[in-house]
Amino acid sequence: MTVPLIETRGLGMRFGGVQAVRDVNFTLGERELRCLIGPNGAGKSTFFKMLTGQLKPTSGVVLVRGVDVTDAEPHEIARRGVGIKTQVPSVFDGLTVRENLWLATARMHRGAQAQRAVETMLERVGLSAIASRVVGQLAHGQRQWVELGVVLSTNPDLVLLDEPAAGMTDQEVLRTVELVRDINKTKALIVVEHDMQFIRMIASKVTVFNQGAVLMEDDVEVIMHSPIVRDVYLGKKAAA
Amino acid sequence: MNARALNVLGLALVAVVGIAVLFLTPRLFDLDVLLNITVYMIMAVLALSLALIWGFGGILCFGQSAFFGLGAYTYAIAMINIGESTAPLILAIIIPAAFAALLGYFMFYGRISDVYLGVITLTVTLILFNSINSTAGPEFHIGSAKLGGFNGIPGIPSLNVPFFKDWQIDLEGMFYLSTASLILTYFGLRALLASRFGRTIVGIRENDRRAQLLGYDPRAYKLATFTIGAALAGYAGCLFANWGSFVSPTIFGLAQSAQIIIWVIVGGRGTLIGPILGCVGIQWLTAALGANAPSGAAGWQALLGNVPLILGAILIAFVLLVPKGLVPTIGGLESVLFRPRTGASR
Repeated sequence: MTVPLIETRGLGMRFGGVQAVRDVNFTLGERELRCLIGPNGAGKSTFFKMLTGQLKPTSGVVLVRGVDVTDAEPHEIARRGVGIKTQVPSVFDGLTVRENLWLATARMHRGAQAQRAVETMLERVGLSAIASRVVGQLAHGQRQWVELGVVLSTNPDLVLLDEPAAGMTDQEVLRTVELVRDINKTKALIVVEHDMQFIRMIASKVTVFNQGAVLMEDDVEVIMHSPIVRDVYLGKKAAA
Repeated sequence: MNARALNVLGLALVAVVGIAVLFLTPRLFDLDVLLNITVYMIMAVLALSLALIWGFGGILCFGQSAFFGLGAYTYAIAMINIGESTAPLILAIIIPAAFAALLGYFMFYGRISDVYLGVITLTVTLILFNSINSTAGPEFHIGSAKLGGFNGIPGIPSLNVPFFKDWQIDLEGMFYLSTASLILTYFGLRALLASRFGRTIVGIRENDRRAQLLGYDPRAYKLATFTIGAALAGYAGCLFANWGSFVSPTIFGLAQSAQIIIWVIVGGRGTLIGPILGCVGIQWLTAALGANAPSGAAGWQALLGNVPLILGAILIAFVLLVPKGLVPTIGGLESVLFRPRTGASR
C-alpha cells in the first residue's frame, strides 16, 4: 500500500469551550487535488493551520508521508514540502516582488541559480513588469499573485490554497484556474473556496466540512446535488 | 540612475568620508578634540550594534548597554589579571556574545513577545547595574581585579599590539583604532546584510510567520542576529574602557540604554548610516549644550543646558514628526522625486 502524502487521524482542535475541529480523518495522495468547502466557521482554516503546524491540535495526529508532524514547528513541516497561501495574503510587505520571491527561492537554490529561478517564477505568475515594486504598495489581487509565486518558489509537494479566488476579477479567476491545473500536473493541492463555479472548473473530489467535522466526501457533481450539503451550505448559493 | 548604481555611489561616498576622517582629523585638531571624536566613533560602533539588532533584525533591545558594559568590564578585569591585551580583547567580545546567546535562547525559543523582549532586556541591564553597583567592598574581586562597586575600576591598562605587550596603543592610536573599527564595522555589516543571512533576517523582520511557512526558523536567525549585535557592543565596550582607562556601573544605567535607542530612532531604523549620524550628532549636541551651561547658570541658559530635557524633546519631536528617522526620510524624498521605491537598504 502506498503511503499517503498527507493524512490526519482523529484530528481535533478545541479553543476553550469551542470544538473548532473534531475527529477529522483525511487522506490525500501524491498529485491529488481536493477542494474543501463548508460554511464560515466550519473549521477549514483551523484545519489548514494544523496541517502547517501553526496550531497544535488538541487531539489526533498529522502525518506527512507517514512521518508524524503533529508537534513539529511550521518551518519543519514546510521543509517536508507543504506550502500554504493564506486567506489574507501573507507576504513581505516592505520588500520588492523580486525580493519576496528570492527569499522563498533562496532556501532551495544558491547564487545565479536562485536568480534564474526567481525570473522564471516572475514570468509564470505574470509579475515581471512589477518585479521592482514594493509589495506593500500593490493592489490586493497583485499581492495574491505575489503570495502564490512565493509559495510555488519553495517547490512544495503539497500546496494549500485558502480562498485563492477571493478578491480577484473574473479574468484573474480564470488565470488562477489555469495556474491551479498547471500546478496540479506535478503537485498535490488542497483548495478552500466558496466559489462553486471555480471548484467545478478545477476539482473532481470535494470534502465538505460542517461544524468542525467532515460531513461528506465525494465527486463534485455528487456533492453539488446532495440534499444534505444543500441544506447546510449550498442552499442559499444554489438558489441564488 | 538605478538602485544598484545609487548603492555603489553611497558605499563609495561613505568610504571616502571615512578615510578622510581617519587621516585628516589628527592633522586638523588638537588632542583633546581628538579624544572627544574618538568616543563618538566608539559609541557609533555601539549604535551600529543596535542598528543591526533592531533596525534590521526587528528585535527591540533595551539592553544594548548591558553587552557594552559587559565588554568593558570583561576587558578591565581580564586585562588587570593578564596584563597583555590579546586575550582580554577576545574575551570582551566572546563573553557578551555568550551571555546574549544564553539570554536570547530563552527569549526566542520561549516565544516571548516583542514587548516583553524589551522589558526583559531592560531588566537584565538594570540587574547588572545594581549587582555591579553593590560590589564596593574589598571582598568583591576577580583575581587581582577589584570590582570597586559604584566607584568603578580605574587605571585599566591600555590595549597593546596583539601579542606585543610593550607596544601599547596611545591616545592618537586609539583614535585610529576606533575610527578604523567603525569603518570596518559599517562595511562588515553592509556585507552581512547583502548576504543570504542578512536578507533573511530582514524578511523575518517583515513577516516572521511567512518566513516560517517558507521553511526558515526565525528563532535561530533572531538568536544569531542578537548574538552578533552583542559581540559588536562588547567590542565597543572594550574600546570604551580603553579610551578612559576607567569603567563604572553607570555604563549599565538607564540613561545609557535610552541614549542608544534615541540614536537609532533619530538616525533611522533600517539604515546603518542613520544611527551613526544620530549617535555622533546627539553626542555633539549633548557636549555643546553641557559646555554652554556652566554650573550656576540661570534662565534660558540653564534650560538649554538641561541635557536630558533637550534629549527628551528631540526624541518626542522625532517620534511624532519624523517617525522613520533622518536618513530614511531624506532617502524617501529622493526616491519620490527620482525613482520608484525599492526595498533596498542604504
